[in-house]
Amino acid sequence: MATEAVGVSPRAVGARDTVAAKILRVLGKAPVNFLLIAVGLLWLVPTLGLLLTSLLAPTDFQERGWWQIFSAPSKLTFQNYEAVFDNDPIMESLLTTSLIAVFGTLLPIFVGALAGYAFAWLEFPGRDWLFVVVIALLVVPLQMALIPMFQLYNTLGIFDTVLSLVLFHTAFGLPFAIFLLRNFFIGIPKDLMEAARIDGASEIRIFLRLILPLGLPAIASLGIFQFLWTWNDLLVALTFGRETQPITVAIFSQLRQFGANVDLIAPATFISLVIPLAVFFAFQRFFVQGLLAGSVK
Amino acid sequence: MSGASVTAEPPVKGAPPGGPEPGAWRKYALTAGFLAPAVLFLGIWIVYPTIRTIYRSFFDRSGDSFVWFDNYAEIFTSDILFTAVKNNAIWILVVPAFVTAIGLIFAVLTERVSWAVAFKTAVFMPMAISAFAAGITWRIVYIEEPERGALNAGIASFRDAFSPPGVLPDAAPSTENIEGTPDAGLTLAEPVQPGETVQLGLTRISTDEIPEGAVQAVAPEPVEGGIAGVVWRDFRPGGGEPGQLEQEELGLPGVTVQLRTEQGETVQEAATEANGTFVFEDVEAGQYQVAIGAQTFAAPFGGVTWLGERLVTPAILIAYIWIWAGFSMVVIAAGLAAIPRDVLEAARTDGATEWQVFRRVTVPLLGPVLTVVFITMLINVLKVFDIVIALAPGSVQDDATVLALSMWRTAFAGANNFGVGSAIAVFIFVLVIPVLLLNIRRFRREV
Repeated sequence: MATEAVGVSPRAVGARDTVAAKILRVLGKAPVNFLLIAVGLLWLVPTLGLLLTSLLAPTDFQERGWWQIFSAPSKLTFQNYEAVFDNDPIMESLLTTSLIAVFGTLLPIFVGALAGYAFAWLEFPGRDWLFVVVIALLVVPLQMALIPMFQLYNTLGIFDTVLSLVLFHTAFGLPFAIFLLRNFFIGIPKDLMEAARIDGASEIRIFLRLILPLGLPAIASLGIFQFLWTWNDLLVALTFGRETQPITVAIFSQLRQFGANVDLIAPATFISLVIPLAVFFAFQRFFVQGLLAGSVK
Repeated sequence: MSGASVTAEPPVKGAPPGGPEPGAWRKYALTAGFLAPAVLFLGIWIVYPTIRTIYRSFFDRSGDSFVWFDNYAEIFTSDILFTAVKNNAIWILVVPAFVTAIGLIFAVLTERVSWAVAFKTAVFMPMAISAFAAGITWRIVYIEEPERGALNAGIASFRDAFSPPGVLPDAAPSTENIEGTPDAGLTLAEPVQPGETVQLGLTRISTDEIPEGAVQAVAPEPVEGGIAGVVWRDFRPGGGEPGQLEQEELGLPGVTVQLRTEQGETVQEAATEANGTFVFEDVEAGQYQVAIGAQTFAAPFGGVTWLGERLVTPAILIAYIWIWAGFSMVVIAAGLAAIPRDVLEAARTDGATEWQVFRRVTVPLLGPVLTVVFITMLINVLKVFDIVIALAPGSVQDDATVLALSMWRTAFAGANNFGVGSAIAVFIFVLVIPVLLLNIRRFRREV
């Protein structure tokens, strides 16, 4: 045996080490892999539970939980969804929420981009001061605005309208929008700006033709954030939209009899999830970028 | 976002050395045009209401009389409002720390697997869902009956593996010659000797509780040197005579019967047959007691009341951490990716163990990122609202309440007390002011 060992070439030793090392590495990683698979599945269970519950007839769900579908797949039914699609108030609520989310996203992006450009590239006295104010407003809890806006909206006669909700979301989305876009715009190469100015482009033209297209990645991140916020909002909707009834308010009004209304609550909640989830999966990259820009900075 | 890390540029066109250059007013007008919409929105919807809310918080419910700090005192003296303060304190102590720690663990672990993207997507997904929808999702998880609620079903299957439920959880003796409680086991009052037979009648067994395979009960035949007996359902359609084994009365199979000495020590155990009979063989002469073991009556797991008064806050905390762990993981993972590999390699080459590398190199280098996650969570927790209102059933909302929820309930849901509501809002605002100052300092340093 000793002679054999001596006869083995260094390369062979190396190869054998690699194989052994590989096996060791795979074995060493097995616990981590196993743990992460378990955690990952665990993380999906609640959402899966909601989906499968929404696909069970209420009588079946009264008897056993959603996992009965695994042993009796024939129990899957779309009857709850059909009922929701026939439920006019819920469908109207979805439309209302869509309107609020779309305009509540576009408006702050536009207003925020204008201001962001001014903070990044225009010179005016008190610029840094004003930007400090924007940063301060970033964390003002919206609870601070609920009572005065409730009164003001009533005075103005726009209480409980889509408009009142859009404007509120716009205002509270603005500090983050300005902050994010200003930080992004400032990174646009100075040469590009100078060149455009020398060519005689007006500031408005520069903003529309240069800044907005170049700022698209940041605008996309911002848009996704703002869309998810406005779509998912409950507090503002409950305060200013009781009759306007965005989808969260419509579902909320069913919660009092949770047990009896699961066949309506579960599918309606799942439908209200699908759109933000689709947005999230379609633009995941921008979402993460926005998250990092917003928090790490 | 590499652009964001660039420090603020000096103004493009240097400030003119002399007085205002011609056309300067035009430039300012242009700037004003760019800023006006934002200033309008921020002024009307955030700055004005903030001042107004602070002002309003010093007036009573009707808004007519100035009450100094009475509304603030109310926060700490009213039971429900003070519960909100206490609960929010729990949130502050638990959530930022847990979310940061879990995110750190996930971020470090995902670096070691090849399918990190799939894992991150699964954990991050709840971030896209509204906290309100997440609350409803978890309400289904937390349903109390183990047959319907996933969490209690999981606990039940664990529990049943270690202490299976009894075959007759609700049964009771049919006559007074059986003593004891179901918890300690039911014992036949009369002592028995080898060669005798015993009959143990039980009632309060509903039709669907009858063990599977039960057949007509049979009176036991005496066994020489042993003790034979029967356990049966002492009831038949129409009633029957208690203590009498009659036609149509069923034996109870699967019941554990114990033979005990007079000191109460169990010497033999037997299980009943389909007709309810059992036999203890080769019993030494002497006086014995016959008992039905307590395990026969063990109640099945009824489910933990997650959304009851006592556990509702921890239950909501779990759901909330479920939402935010993904955020923490993604931000920390980005920070982790920015750590130069050679720093870690150098530590490993110097003989540091993986744990030491993690503890002494990775975590200190991640410090700023961990702080950001922690602070972000701190602010989020102060404003938490949706998930509490969605997850806590109406009956326990007073026990689960937090500042933002009690603010809304005080001002809008029936009570309509704008004075106290404003005070709670200001209280939340005061709590976030340190973060506000921190943000400003960070920006100032950057400029």
